Amino acid sequence: MSENAMVIDPSRCIGCQACFQACSECDTHRGRSMIHLETILRQDSVQTAPQVCMHCEDPICARVCPADAIKKTPDGVVQSSLKPRCIGCSNCVIACPFGVPKYFGEIDQMMKCDLCYDRTSAGKKPMCATVCPSQAITYAPLHEIERSRRGTPINEFHFGREVVRTKVFIVAPEGFAEMRVGLVPGPGIPKSDDVAALLEETR
Amino acid sequence: MAKLPIPVEQLVQRFGPHRNDVPAGGWKATGTPDQLVKTHCCFCGQQCGIQLKVKDNKVIGFEPWEEFPFNRGKLCPKGVKRYMQNEHPDRLLHPLERVEGQGFREVSWESALDRTAKEMRRIQEAYGRDAFGILSGSSLTNERAYVVGKFARVAVRTANIDYNGRLCMVSAAAASKKILGIDRSANAWSDIRAAQAILIAGSNIGECAPITTDYIWDARERGAKIILLDPRMTPVARSVDLFIPVRPGGDIGIFNGMLHVMIERGWINHEFIAAHTTGWDALAESLKKYTPEYAAKIAGVPPAMIVKAAEIWGPAKTSFLLHARGLEHHSKGVENCMAAINLVVATGRIGREGCGYAMITGQGNGQGGREHGQKCDQLPGARDIENPEHREHIAGVWGVPEETIPHKGLSYVDLLEAVYERRIRGLLLLCSNPLVSAPDNNYIREALERLEFFAVIDFFMSETARYADLVLPSSLMEEDDGTTTSAEGRVIRHRQAVDPPHSALQDWKIICDLAARLGVQDKFNYESPREIFEELRVASRGGVADYYGITWEKIDENMGVFWPCPSLEHPGTPRLYEGGKFGHADGRAHFQPVEWRPQSEEPDDEYPIILTTGRVVAHYLSGTQTRRIGALVAQCPQPYCEIHPRLAEKLGIVEADFVKVESRRGSLNVRASVVKTIRPDTVFVPYHWPLDRAANNCTVRALDPVSRIPEYKVCAVRLKKIERLDDATHALTPEAGGLR
Repeated sequence: MSENAMVIDPSRCIGCQACFQACSECDTHRGRSMIHLETILRQDSVQTAPQVCMHCEDPICARVCPADAIKKTPDGVVQSSLKPRCIGCSNCVIACPFGVPKYFGEIDQMMKCDLCYDRTSAGKKPMCATVCPSQAITYAPLHEIERSRRGTPINEFHFGREVVRTKVFIVAPEGFAEMRVGLVPGPGIPKSDDVAALLEETR
Repeated sequence: MAKLPIPVEQLVQRFGPHRNDVPAGGWKATGTPDQLVKTHCCFCGQQCGIQLKVKDNKVIGFEPWEEFPFNRGKLCPKGVKRYMQNEHPDRLLHPLERVEGQGFREVSWESALDRTAKEMRRIQEAYGRDAFGILSGSSLTNERAYVVGKFARVAVRTANIDYNGRLCMVSAAAASKKILGIDRSANAWSDIRAAQAILIAGSNIGECAPITTDYIWDARERGAKIILLDPRMTPVARSVDLFIPVRPGGDIGIFNGMLHVMIERGWINHEFIAAHTTGWDALAESLKKYTPEYAAKIAGVPPAMIVKAAEIWGPAKTSFLLHARGLEHHSKGVENCMAAINLVVATGRIGREGCGYAMITGQGNGQGGREHGQKCDQLPGARDIENPEHREHIAGVWGVPEETIPHKGLSYVDLLEAVYERRIRGLLLLCSNPLVSAPDNNYIREALERLEFFAVIDFFMSETARYADLVLPSSLMEEDDGTTTSAEGRVIRHRQAVDPPHSALQDWKIICDLAARLGVQDKFNYESPREIFEELRVASRGGVADYYGITWEKIDENMGVFWPCPSLEHPGTPRLYEGGKFGHADGRAHFQPVEWRPQSEEPDDEYPIILTTGRVVAHYLSGTQTRRIGALVAQCPQPYCEIHPRLAEKLGIVEADFVKVESRRGSLNVRASVVKTIRPDTVFVPYHWPLDRAANNCTVRALDPVSRIPEYKVCAVRLKKIERLDDATHALTPEAGGLR
């Protein structure tokens, strides 16, 4: 694998679903999309965010798997379940703090984003990062991202007392070293998307 | 005849739209394709590079084309799934003839073309040459568009040909010509990245020009400040520096107000104005009354927003203006665009790196499709059909006497009005679906029903084709060779990947076969699109849109060539107006003072709400193609009405309620989407669907006096909650016009 890092920048996301549609065109899982494109409170905002597998250093999905079906490659990529081992129990689906694994009933197997292992191992970018029109999903050297982006790429997440470090980065507003689940107050953050309120506030 | 031969439900059953959910060859791994064909997306004006996987003469998938410089592999969902059309079960495979009470029956090409030619002649002999009209589209290649224009003038000899760019962006073209002198984006998109201030007016970039988003965000990462005007908070609007939720139709207030403030604060480039422009004093005079307070009343926003916009735009060192349908689709569309372009020229920030202006042309070949003679007032090379020298040149290329070329004809909506008034009795329609896309749809349907003869060339049975006497099956972009010209003005190559299915033919072949039957075979003796392009090069030579120096080889070697390109040695022109040299005869830009005026239909007591219409990312134009692609239908199955919670509460409407949107002209029934991201005085319905779901049932048939574009972006409606629907249309699948 190259020195490239997978980086998600939700401030760039336009919710177009090119990632979701292109993921289902990947040769290793054609017809099934592994990525999630989350719409966050559409009534209040147009915010959307793509969710690929974050490829945790110590993957919770693998820890909770009773069949030991989820393996990590030496270069840190957490793979889909091994078909001969997966018992379809969906422990991983429930346990993943990012909500990534998907259980497919028709094949009785959990599959998930493997960072397009077939493409990245051949020197290509993952499919979603290649097509993403807004480059909310980017596959590039980390120093390049740090140099060119306004925010800070972080890969440490706190879910209560559980600390998760990941191979994939998320671009957070400047000044954040890690992300704690819950509303994050900070400069420029929650910006109202209520058009009526905007028209009044500036008056 | 031009009436439905059988009820809609039966036509839908046979011809769709049906969803195609499974690619040719199935979902199993594609294996090794026979070839990867480097070509471009068939959808919007950005014309992203894409590689199609071809196996056994079928398009079985796609692969990003990362070398193509405009999009570097990036695609939107439409580009990703476009390949699902070639083997689509709804494809028209044979010429079809209308049979009353039975629908359509297959006929031979011979009989279909004979009948079409005969009807053309009959109508022209009975009612005059101009009583036969042609309406074409901008999703055709340059070669096809060129042949259609020549066919109208040389074979049919009718003045009445126009194209559906008239419904799309033609106000931008007119404004650009008036001020800058040339109808083309002034810059290649690469200049966006180097701009310090970006003004996006009336463009839902994230959904309608998704690849442009990355250019905007890259500029933002480099410190650019971004201003965006839209009555709705669109996906890109969320992350800009200044979002101005302008009242539909109020844009001139913003632009004139900004320029007023810029004059007051001294953010005007007087040196540039003196050297390279005319009309400044008259413009400055006209702006005196546009104080932020006065302008804000027009725009329906707080004055502080206008001042802040001027503070971002005024002092910037580099800047870029982008606009699209939100400005253009108005009965004052040209004026809207001119007010915006004035802001560019007043700063002198045009014609150099990071400085300029682009209109985000919407259709696949929105740019090229209007340059080569399908426009009612133009001849190839963007030549003026009323200019004697221009006519002489084209007459020479075509080998016809100048006086036989018809003069200016009717534009798209005017032409349909002439059909309604029975001044036009026969119509040939291709690459367009007015029964979804034209304004005041009930009127348009009545107009079509009055035709004596109606022929349609299309690859699917569009909602409009159902009304035809003859439907002639044509080809997709991947079934033909040719060129298009992207929104940047970059001429690029579409490569044939597969053959058209069964008896379907490339559009240009159908047109040439018809021309032969009209007695001018010698003028339409083309063996290939390449031969057509060679003639187009010569026809455009010396014109504004000069393609003479462009060859297919040169396009391949350079990943496209920007026009004007007057000689074979010329590298092409990515950036216009360098050194302040504008397109007018005097070399100067001509400022145009613009006075705001009201919409054709303002809200009142009876119809108190503004309806604005637009697009969604999953669908393209009238949906003839995208409503047949399963993944795109799943992404956005049906239209909806966006309402602010304050308005919804007043009307007793909650999320997902069925609502009736009603104007003086018609109504539509959809579900409500109650969102805070729209102005409380405005509702929004996307327009890609037909029948009882068509936003254009409500829109107003008011046209810009110059560009003749319809006012899609503003009309007055009322809204009410209704009970669950229970009729035949509602029971159709959503892609056919039903509602779930």
